[in-house]
Amino acid sequence: MLSRTAENLFWMARHIERAENTARVLDVAHRTSLLPLDIEGTQAYLWYAPLNITGCAECYEVKYGLAKADTVSHYMALDPDNPTSIYSCLKLARENARTVRGAITSEMWEVINDTWLELNSLPKQMDYEKFRDFFDWVKNRSHLFRGVTLDTIIKDVGLSFIKLGTFLERADNTARILDVKYHILLPSLNDVGGAADYYQWGSLLKSVSAFEAYQKIYRDVISPQRVSELLIFRDDMPRSLHACMDEVEDALRAINGHSGKEAQRLAGEQHAALHFGLTQDAFSEGLHEFLTDFLKNTALLSREIREAYLSRQDTAMIRQLTT
Amino acid sequence: MDTKTLKKYFNEMYADNGAVREIYKRYGHWLKNLPDGTLARRNAEAELLFRRLGITFAVYGETVEAERLIPFDIVPRIFGASEWQRLELGLKQRVRALNAFLHDIYHDQEIIKTGIISAHQVLNNTQYRPEMKGVDLPNQVYAHIAGIDLVRIAENDFYVLEDNLRTPSGVSYMLENRKTMMRLFPELFVKHAIEPVEHYPQMLLNTLREAAPPNVAYPVIVVMTPGSYNSAYFEHAYLASQMGVELVEGQDLFVHQQKVYMHTTEGPQQVHVIYRRVDDDFIDPRVFRSDSTLGVPGLMAAYCSGNVALANGVGTGVADDKSTYLFVPDMIRFYLGEAPLLSNVPTWRLSEPDDLSYVLAHLPELVIKEVQGSGGYGMLIGPTSSKAEIEAYRLRILAEPAKFIAQPTLALSSCPTLVESGVAPRHVDLRPFVLSGKDVRIAPGGLTRVALTEGSLVVNSSQGGGTKDTWVLEN
Repeated sequence: MLSRTAENLFWMARHIERAENTARVLDVAHRTSLLPLDIEGTQAYLWYAPLNITGCAECYEVKYGLAKADTVSHYMALDPDNPTSIYSCLKLARENARTVRGAITSEMWEVINDTWLELNSLPKQMDYEKFRDFFDWVKNRSHLFRGVTLDTIIKDVGLSFIKLGTFLERADNTARILDVKYHILLPSLNDVGGAADYYQWGSLLKSVSAFEAYQKIYRDVISPQRVSELLIFRDDMPRSLHACMDEVEDALRAINGHSGKEAQRLAGEQHAALHFGLTQDAFSEGLHEFLTDFLKNTALLSREIREAYLSRQDTAMIRQLTT
Repeated sequence: MDTKTLKKYFNEMYADNGAVREIYKRYGHWLKNLPDGTLARRNAEAELLFRRLGITFAVYGETVEAERLIPFDIVPRIFGASEWQRLELGLKQRVRALNAFLHDIYHDQEIIKTGIISAHQVLNNTQYRPEMKGVDLPNQVYAHIAGIDLVRIAENDFYVLEDNLRTPSGVSYMLENRKTMMRLFPELFVKHAIEPVEHYPQMLLNTLREAAPPNVAYPVIVVMTPGSYNSAYFEHAYLASQMGVELVEGQDLFVHQQKVYMHTTEGPQQVHVIYRRVDDDFIDPRVFRSDSTLGVPGLMAAYCSGNVALANGVGTGVADDKSTYLFVPDMIRFYLGEAPLLSNVPTWRLSEPDDLSYVLAHLPELVIKEVQGSGGYGMLIGPTSSKAEIEAYRLRILAEPAKFIAQPTLALSSCPTLVESGVAPRHVDLRPFVLSGKDVRIAPGGLTRVALTEGSLVVNSSQGGGTKDTWVLEN
């Protein structure tokens, strides 16, 4: 497969997953903001979380200053100037798809194109109370895209790159949500089992569609250790780090060629750590340190994938020809 | 029906006495017995189909408005077996001669030595590429894909309007039009024996294989596009997927030791044939325009050393220039020793003083075209232009006469076409696609273009023209 085609498939999937994740992160902020606030400045604190998770707090502050519900929502959902807004992600996904129109199915193209057209028919400024519906819509479009993809595309190397994009982005996002929320939630640790705590941890679980799974598996009060176990180590939880790395490793194995050895090794190493790791070890190491390490390794893996398969450096190719 | 129009222009479907021509008998019978409103309803269906296709394929700009579909007309244009056979022979003959001419001017230049065409006309043409001198191409073919525009004046009277030998487009419309017609009117395809065109991509693939450097058993073929913002991107992607080959951009290719490779996820892969839809000027910044980002540095060196084939070859533009057009009948006699089967439109070259003074005296009757122009831009149609327009054009001619040619205003044939008021005659031309490899091949028919405005003689899609499905009936 052409490197450029692979690159566009990878980023198409990654941008759609990123749009969905941003919608999830904002959704949980909207839910949390419905709770009674007891500390001075909590609102700003609360609305910094989505900015920190997606790494756009600095750019936001330059434009708007203090984090407030309506401006953060607008900035992260609809602002074309924000390169990581839902709007920008869906725009980029469509550009990726159009460039490789021949490598995706008509059904996939229609989902992406319709999504973009519908997004553009929405008002440029959205009423605050409409945002929750909008986040649901984004999630649904993303679900639809993945369903249509799996149902229509030929299972070849193209699908492998789509999966790589999806699951690297998802792993990255779950780790960030957990990291940022864990910090916010720590002050309430002594209140385990309280109403506010239930609501806070509950909304975190809901943001990654894990609330019902938690109840089913543990049938008990929500505890930070179990949430971490569920979202990091369990391989049956679709958005957990372990499940994502399962998919990444599978996808890499399905791609032919000699250039991907290092990427496969990195993915295998990361996968093994999740497969054999223990929740208590992660906690004794410090959850923040554990997640920071994971994010660092994921970034390393992404860079290796880019260099092995996606980049078009003539010099690197010529090296392959001459050795 | 307006009898004046019938007398003035040849009507493809009706004879002068209003009777349906033999070739259209079955279609005419079917059309007459069609319940009211059926055609309009099917037309709405066709529009829906094409819009979906458009949404699926041909979205170029940011907004839906930026994308423009070429209007499709649901009344077919029909040729009988024997009249098509005559055209086919004429087209093959013409393209053979054009390829022989290109080989000659880049080698021994016999046609110049014998004085048939002047050295100035060939060597000073901006489209003449001295880089190609002495370069040998497989089968001596330069224009692998040619689009020859034909117009009909009378029953047996066809003229070649122009030869397109660079990157002729439109064949995807020929294929899509047929698909749409078969879906809308399956009953018509049962009633008629219509020559299929669906195998065109296979014919093209074979032609490209034959263009490959000799000694390559399994050539790797690619389609090269300027990118997704090009107006014909839909066609590039369509042909690549129909042939099952990669669609590449310049950035996907690189040259190493005069061989061309593409970047793939499995490493570099050598490419042997490039069906390029990028103009000469842009294919290699080292040789042609240095500001081009669409091309591949070093491509010309690889091409000239015979390691990669380009289709069409480099430097074909000198043969489809409107001032070279004049000499094509001479080329046929000179290279093939045959009498031309297809006629040229009589043409005045305004670089010649006699021609110039005649043309300046008769501007209101004539059509004036730019030698290098295409797509119907920048031409003057005397009979339908205002005095002011004619005078403005006169000044342009006087400033640089050699840039123009003139032709009589042709009475293009008309074909019944569905317009708002019902079925009415509209002027048409025809672009058959001629493929040259070891043999010369043609998909039966081609793309019929129709001027949708009443009385208009300009069929170019860039000027609001539409297209029709073109049928060649089997014997």
